[in-house]
Amino acid sequence: MLQFLVIVVSSTLVYSAPLIFTALGGTFSERSGVVNVGLEGIMVMGAFSACVFNLFTADLFGSMTPWIALLVGGGTGIVFSLLHALATINWRADHIVSGTVINLMAPGLAVFLTRLIFDDRGQTDIIQERFGKFSFPVLKDIPFIGDILFKGTSAPAYLAILVAVISYFVLFKTKFGLRLRAVGENPQAADTLGINVYRMKYAGVLISGFLGGIGGAVLVQSVSSQFSRSTITGQGFIAMAAMIFGKWNPLGALGAALFFGLAQSLGVIGPQIPGLENLPSVYWQVAPYVLTIIVLVLFIGTSQAPKAIGKTYIKSK
Amino acid sequence: MSKSRLNGFAVPVISVIFGLVLGAIVMLVSGYNPVEGYSAMLNGALGRSYNVGEVFRLASPLILTALGFSVAYTAGFFNIGLAGQALCGWLVSVSLAQSFPDMPRILLVTLCLVGGAVAGGLYAGIAGFLRAKFGTSEVIVTIMLNYTILYISNHMVRYVLTDNADATPIISENASLRVPFLQQLTGGSRLNAGIFIAIAAIIVIWILMKKTTAGFELRSVGINPFASQYAGMNANKNIVLAMVIAGALAGLGGVIEGLGTFQNIYVMAAVPEIGFDGMAVSLLGSGHPIGIFISAILFGILKVGGLSMPGAGIPKEVVEIVIASIIFFVGASYVISYLLGRFGKNAQKGEIK
Repeated sequence: MLQFLVIVVSSTLVYSAPLIFTALGGTFSERSGVVNVGLEGIMVMGAFSACVFNLFTADLFGSMTPWIALLVGGGTGIVFSLLHALATINWRADHIVSGTVINLMAPGLAVFLTRLIFDDRGQTDIIQERFGKFSFPVLKDIPFIGDILFKGTSAPAYLAILVAVISYFVLFKTKFGLRLRAVGENPQAADTLGINVYRMKYAGVLISGFLGGIGGAVLVQSVSSQFSRSTITGQGFIAMAAMIFGKWNPLGALGAALFFGLAQSLGVIGPQIPGLENLPSVYWQVAPYVLTIIVLVLFIGTSQAPKAIGKTYIKSK
Repeated sequence: MSKSRLNGFAVPVISVIFGLVLGAIVMLVSGYNPVEGYSAMLNGALGRSYNVGEVFRLASPLILTALGFSVAYTAGFFNIGLAGQALCGWLVSVSLAQSFPDMPRILLVTLCLVGGAVAGGLYAGIAGFLRAKFGTSEVIVTIMLNYTILYISNHMVRYVLTDNADATPIISENASLRVPFLQQLTGGSRLNAGIFIAIAAIIVIWILMKKTTAGFELRSVGINPFASQYAGMNANKNIVLAMVIAGALAGLGGVIEGLGTFQNIYVMAAVPEIGFDGMAVSLLGSGHPIGIFISAILFGILKVGGLSMPGAGIPKEVVEIVIASIIFFVGASYVISYLLGRFGKNAQKGEIK
C-alpha cells in the first residue's frame, strides 16, 4: 500500500509540474484580460529551447543544467509570447485567432530549427542531464509522510507549488496584482486611475510566456528527454483547462493541475491498481478529459472569467 | 465594388504575400535559397497532373472543416473541436463500410456519408448542448472531446475493428469515394468524389446562411444573443443547431479522408490535421464560402508543394511557418486595413457574407 501511494504521488507530481507552471502563466495573462489559447505553442518553444540548451551545455554546467535550461525555456517563452502581446494589445487581433497562430507556428518553427541544428533530423538527441529524483534533506526522514511526499520525488513540482503560492500573493496582495486584475475587469476605469493599461497587459502576457516556457522546459527534461513534434501533445490545452477549472486563481489552478496530473498518471499506473488491472486502458486514457467536462458542468459557474477578457482595449474610446 | 468588399479581398491577399515574404526571409536567414525553395514548392504542387490532383484532394476535406468552423463562428462559437468531430465521422464511416462490405454501392456510400455526418454532428452537439444548458465553455469542452475521441478511436481500431493491428484493412470497393475518371484525369492521384461533396457543401451552406430563416437566426445570435432572444428567437436552440451543423460538416470532412484518401482508419498519435488546418482556412477565407474554397486550394498548394521542398534540401516545415504567418497577418488585419487607409472599422469578422 505504501509502495503504491509512493508511486501515485511521485508520478502525479512529475506529470503536474509542467501543467502547474503553464496554468499559472495563463492565469496572469487572462487576469490582464488577454485570452491565451497559445499556451500550447509557448510550451513547445520552451521545451525546444530548453532541450537544445541542455544538450549543448550539459558538459559545462553539469547537474545544474536542467535548472538553467528552465530559465532559457522561460526566456524563449517571453520572446514568443511577444507576438501574441503585439497582435492582441496593439494590433487589435482576435485573441483566439492570435493564440491559434502561436499554436500553428510553434511546432513548425521548432521542428524546422531542430532540422537545422541536428542534420535534418526531426528530433533532438537524448539529454543526459535531466531532472532526476529528489529527496528533501531533513523532511525525508519523517516516518510515512516523508516516504510518500519527500523521498525520491520531483523537485520541479515543488518549485511549481512554491510559484503558485507566490503567484497568489502577487495577484491578490500586491499593488501590481491589483492593477493587473483591474485592467482585466475594467480597463476604462483603470485607465482613468492612471494605470497604464497596455503595460499591464504586456506584463500579463509576458509572464504567461515565461511560465509557459518553463512548463515546456520542465516537461522535456523530466518526461520525454528529447524534443520532437510529439513532445508537447495537448498539455498546453490541459493547462488552459486547469486555469479555467481553477477559476483564474493561482491556488485553484494549482489544485486543478494536480488533479490533471493525477488523472494523466492514472493512464500509466492505472493498470497496477489492484482489482482494476483488467479494465481496458482506453478508460484510463479518456478519464481525465471526460472528468474535466463533468467537473466543468457540475462546479463551474458561467461568469467567473475576468469581465473584460478577450476584448482589445482601445484608449480613445 | 464597395470599399469594404475591396478590403475583404485585399487583406487576405496582402497577408499571403507577407507570409510568403516572411517564409523567404526565414529561408534566407537559415542559409537556404528561397527561390529554389518556392520553385520546388510550386513545381511539387502544380508540376504534374498527379500533384494537381493531390492539391484538390487535400483541399476537399479542408473546405468542409472550414465551413464547419465558420458556421459555428458566425453563431458566436469557437469550435476548436473540428479535428475530433472529423475523426468521429472518419471512424463511423469506416466502421460502417467494414460492417456492410457487400451492400450495393449507392446505398453503402450514402449510409457511410450520412453516418459520418450524423456522428460528427452529434459529437459537436455535446458541446453545444452543454453550452446552452449549463453555460460551459465550448472551447474547453471541444478540446477535451478531441482527446476523448482520439483514444476511443485508437482503441476501436486496435481491439474492435481489427485484432490488435495498427490499421484496418482497405474498405470494399462499394464504399470507396474514389472514382476512376478523376484518377485517370490526374495521373493516378488520390483525388476522389470528396471534391464534389465539398463543392456541394459550399453551395448548400451559402444558401442556408444567406437565404433561409435558420441562417438569419444563426447570424443574429452570433451578433447579439440577447437581442435575438428578445426578438423571439430561441438562443439555446440556435446554439445547439450551429454546433450540430458545424460538426456534421467536419464529420463529412473525416468521411472523405476515410473513404476517399486513406480508405481505412489507423491508430493516430494526434487528432487529424484537417481540424486545425480547417480553422486556418476559414480565417484566411474570412468565413466566406468562395474565400474558403480559394484558401483551401492555397493550403493544398502549400502543403502538397511543401512535400517537395526537402528535394531542394529545405525542411518542409517552412510551409507551416508560412501558413501560420499568413493567419497572423489576417488576424492582425487591423494593421493592414489601417495601412490601407481605413480607420477603425473591423473588416474581418469571419461572417458568411
